[in-house]
Amino acid sequence: MSSAERTPAVGSEVPDVLVVEDISVALGGRTILDRVGFRAAPGSFTGLIGSNGTGKTTLLKTILGIIRPTAGRVLIGGKAGSRRDPIVGYVPQKIELEPDAPLRARDLIGLGLDGHRFGVSRPSANRRRLIDAMIHGVNAADFADRRVGLLSGGEQQRVMIAHALISRPRLLLLDEPLANLDITSSHEVVQLLRHIATDQNIAIVLTAHDMNPLLQAMNRVVYLAGGRAASGTTAEVVRTETLSELYGHHVEVIHAGGRVLVAAGEIVDENDPPTLPSRGQSEGV
Amino acid sequence: MDLWPHALSGFFSNQPVRTALAVSTITALVSALVGVFAVIRGQSFAGHAFSGIGAAGGSGAVLVGLQPLIGFVSMNVAAAVVMEMIGLRRARGRNLATGIVLGVSLGLSALFLSLDMTHTSRSGTTISILFGSLFTVDPSLIPAVAVIALVVAGLIAALYRPLLLTSVSSELAFVRGVPVRLVGIGYLVALALAVSLAAVTIGAILSTALLVGPAATVLHLTKRTGAALAAAAALGVASCWIGIAISYASASWSTDARGWPVSFCIVAVVFVFYLSVSYLTRLRHGFVSPHQQLVK
Repeated sequence: MSSAERTPAVGSEVPDVLVVEDISVALGGRTILDRVGFRAAPGSFTGLIGSNGTGKTTLLKTILGIIRPTAGRVLIGGKAGSRRDPIVGYVPQKIELEPDAPLRARDLIGLGLDGHRFGVSRPSANRRRLIDAMIHGVNAADFADRRVGLLSGGEQQRVMIAHALISRPRLLLLDEPLANLDITSSHEVVQLLRHIATDQNIAIVLTAHDMNPLLQAMNRVVYLAGGRAASGTTAEVVRTETLSELYGHHVEVIHAGGRVLVAAGEIVDENDPPTLPSRGQSEGV
Repeated sequence: MDLWPHALSGFFSNQPVRTALAVSTITALVSALVGVFAVIRGQSFAGHAFSGIGAAGGSGAVLVGLQPLIGFVSMNVAAAVVMEMIGLRRARGRNLATGIVLGVSLGLSALFLSLDMTHTSRSGTTISILFGSLFTVDPSLIPAVAVIALVVAGLIAALYRPLLLTSVSSELAFVRGVPVRLVGIGYLVALALAVSLAAVTIGAILSTALLVGPAATVLHLTKRTGAALAAAAALGVASCWIGIAISYASASWSTDARGWPVSFCIVAVVFVFYLSVSYLTRLRHGFVSPHQQLVK
């Protein structure tokens, strides 16, 4: 399962922003993650993929320093990661703000600069310029002056991405940014993240339960199942052989209409859909 | 119509009125600050719990011969620390916990107030603790009220940005290095103190009206945090002054010279402001208010 990890990171002369070294996490006596490792280079786009309960949120929280691993370590920018690391930007899955709270999108983006400091922020021309640049960067000009709580899911994601980016991180972590988004907003958010990765050379790591909206953008996949992970490029990981080894039983990776489906072999066998490759062919890989 | 000028004669030269104006102005200012954040954080439930806890504290203080304010403050602050420790901030169980705490504290208040009556034979205590008696506040209490208000204002000013950040996402705030629990306790203490001041002004039971009322009203008026704080403070002070004036004037309207309770007048003005502002905004913009969008 860790076969792909031997592959050096994209552009190995540039040091990786994030190195996850064989971390294991046990919560309440139960093993959530078992020797999971991967690396993220500047400008790379990594998806932590897995269905609910596979430990992808735990993995993200371990990288963020919220959960301490029982074994292994996380290096951010070459150092043992700790929270409040300014090179890390984070976008949580949900905004807990009351919908009618008097806080505009641009105010929230401004909190990305100094929201962790005590006291009241002082307005300045420089601060305003930075915020305006961020608003344009994530294409949020239309709703920058609206209440954050009343924005749509996709709009909130863009505002939160601007909030995370304004402090100039080198690593951007996002928790299920595509959950609860419609197809259009989901596509917009992925395109935005892809641009951020390539234009600003920021390493992007995000969790998702469905890899399909990310297939065009991702260049690294960490596929989680049963606490273990397979990592590498999409082509290396998302194939029948690798995922069957990860799951410990036969699964079928089906490519159909530009989408990828991972199904248990037995189910494909029973349904026997005419347009899909037969089980025998896949096993021969 | 010379009803008002006549009824208000001697308003500003009246000592109890001057004390009432001073205490209520200070209280309304800090209640508005704390109230806007209570709305942003979705934490007005804690204010309700404090209104009951404060009633128990105030009546208990009278029982041992102390100022009710000391009881309000000590019980509420102690409760604030306990509430943060048992994680009352979490949405789950918040309503249940508030209900239980409110029930127990009001039960305690019933016991203390009944004991107060038998021991001190002052029947006014019950009304005074539960519903306030702003015109009988001892002027010597003003410095204490001012000091508590300064502590509240200082806490809110110091915690301003982390409070906003934790309201957006406590997880994000934690990752950014904000001491989330400390900020939570700091805010709850500010809330506890503000509710204590409001209990002196309009009574323990009504205290949340001054806290949440102006804050909820200004949500219709502005989407900027700073403007909301200023508007809520102005609205709270105006409500108190108008309420005090109505209560003062009402004494001359009735034949037995007994006016309407000042707490009722203040709370009524708060409510009228709320209704008219939400009605006018809807009329002007012709759109659904945020509150209704929530229901939808």
